Amino acid sequence: MHIKYESFVREPLVDGDKDYHQVSEDIVRPIEGKPGRMWYVGFFFSVILLCYGIFSVSWAVYWGLGTWGVNKTIGWGWDITNFVWWIGIGHAGTLISAILLLFRQGWRTGVNRAAEAMTIFAVMCAGQFPIWHMGRVWDGFWVLPLPNTRGTLWPNFDSPLLWDVFAISTYFTVSLLFWYSGLLPDFALIRDRANTKLRKMLYGLASFGWTGTAKSWQRMEALALVLAGLSTPLVLSVHTIVSFDFATSVIPGWHTTIFPPYFVAGAVFSGFAMVNTLLVITRRILHLEDYITIGHLEAMNKVIVLTGSIVGVAYLTELFIAWYSQSWGEMAAFQWRIMGPYWWSYWAMMTCNVVSPQLFWVKKLRRNVPFTFVMSIVVNIGMWFERFVIIVTSTYRDWIPGIWAYYSTTLTEVGFYLGTFGLFFTCYFLFAKYFPVIAIAEIKFVLKTSGENYKRDMQRIDAQSEEEFIHVVDSHHDDSHELAPAHH
Amino acid sequence: MAIKKFAVAAYDDEEVLFPAVKKVRNSGYKIHDIYTPFAVHGLDEAMGLKGTDLHIAGFIYGLCGTSTAVGFISWIFTSDWPIIYGGKPHFALPAWIPITFELTVLFAAVGMTMTFCYLNQIMPGVKKHVFHKRQSDDLFVMAIELNDHTSEHDVLAYLKATGAKEVKIEVAEAGWWYGRWDKKEAYELQAAK
Repeated sequence: MHIKYESFVREPLVDGDKDYHQVSEDIVRPIEGKPGRMWYVGFFFSVILLCYGIFSVSWAVYWGLGTWGVNKTIGWGWDITNFVWWIGIGHAGTLISAILLLFRQGWRTGVNRAAEAMTIFAVMCAGQFPIWHMGRVWDGFWVLPLPNTRGTLWPNFDSPLLWDVFAISTYFTVSLLFWYSGLLPDFALIRDRANTKLRKMLYGLASFGWTGTAKSWQRMEALALVLAGLSTPLVLSVHTIVSFDFATSVIPGWHTTIFPPYFVAGAVFSGFAMVNTLLVITRRILHLEDYITIGHLEAMNKVIVLTGSIVGVAYLTELFIAWYSQSWGEMAAFQWRIMGPYWWSYWAMMTCNVVSPQLFWVKKLRRNVPFTFVMSIVVNIGMWFERFVIIVTSTYRDWIPGIWAYYSTTLTEVGFYLGTFGLFFTCYFLFAKYFPVIAIAEIKFVLKTSGENYKRDMQRIDAQSEEEFIHVVDSHHDDSHELAPAHH
Repeated sequence: MAIKKFAVAAYDDEEVLFPAVKKVRNSGYKIHDIYTPFAVHGLDEAMGLKGTDLHIAGFIYGLCGTSTAVGFISWIFTSDWPIIYGGKPHFALPAWIPITFELTVLFAAVGMTMTFCYLNQIMPGVKKHVFHKRQSDDLFVMAIELNDHTSEHDVLAYLKATGAKEVKIEVAEAGWWYGRWDKKEAYELQAAK
């Protein structure tokens, strides 16, 4: 018999005295009220950044990619660095919502909605870079498998760059479906309690007419489980395929079989850091400290120290293999990474990604909110440098010493990068205002096992002897004559 | 459109709801549906609903994705426009694994979600009757379909005895229709009189 009971030793997932109605109140309140001053300021700056980004991209399209710092030797600069960086960040949401669902990790319920939103926005930002890097962006439809009018020429299905097109568009679509299907019941809640006509109409549309019948919940659970099962290999495949962009080439520093797992670990690492950055702010501004608890932040910090260590091992393995292969190209590439003109980027990466996360072995630091916030930013700086190191320091010293080059970025490239921050935060601010930031229905589902006020009662149950406990459950069972949720 | 009369009972605890469902079913009343704010495990079984085959649909959609990818790429690269890329053979199956995998997932996910919407009859613009304002908040709401022979008084008294916090008789549209959520429907205005 499956018993809906969880030991009081386990930290509650929801703090404070809550009942179902209080959960709705707490999470819907920011949507129904007017946003605070902080929201307006943040939103305004995001839109400004977005406009600057649009200007920078238009500039690059009009004048051509010569306005970027890339050259014949270093064909990929900030653009692909930023692409890989954003797509890496986009991995945390699906990992939290899908993999942790399969692993039955209860704490995911508090953070999955915001993390999935972050994933969707991050993938939108990531997608900008390969698109505008095409230069002649009006020919962008060539990547689609369309028979074109210039002869029956098709895209190259054997190329990792095309695999990327499929991987990222699939990832975006599936994440969006997963996220939105979970939002339906919460939109229905906002619709049912709406007291203005406009809100009733808009959330009515957005809720698709969801009413929460028993059958629809049954189907919802089936859908969520299968989408989780599909997303789990999908999320691993996306960064694997991104790493193939490099690993299938014959450039020293790129041509390594370690790339897929190393990229995936790095993606999870940076994604969880970004989730922490956003949630530390969100929980504070929207007063959701009871739902996104210190325990949630600690759990994510544990993932950060794990994946950070995996990434560290990968860096050292790369160095070892470069020496062990005795291939002069490999050895030179890594020597130049560490001591060449770009030494600072290598050491920035090593410090931020390998050394600093080790501080999270200390429990006090894992549970310290300001420290978590600072670390989450440090990690993402490190992960940006990792991509920069892989891309620029593998290409700047080519096979022909005569064309060795140095790459520095330009204002147009920086503007593009800042513009994606604008896009990301514009979307996130709108999300935080108009969407339930926490999956309300899922919190209610775990409330009676993991809510603080319900867990107090568990302490009494925990103190009971085994026989007493079984007896209580049995007698209760006789009363109800049916599978009550307490037993199911 | 079928406008019917329902007896509505709202429960505030799952542990009360389960025995109530059992009693109502045993007494021969016809449960139209039960509306809950979140997924209540075991409620479908208690109501005697069958399991869902949605995952089987998902599997079939996935197979469609796999065969679309393999069929399409192999047709292009072996017959429509064969080109040698990087010394690979025309039929380079290992190189197609990533796209085949992605299309499998894409077809399965999109197909399943669309089937999910179709089966649940949900879509932007679709409207359904909400029996209780708090059925998406904190109440578990059972709607029982009444016919001309049922005594309203008896059924309400019975539901009250099963532990319902609130009981009422409501005239409602049983199915779905297209409409705006901020507008009251004709039958609702009629019932309000």
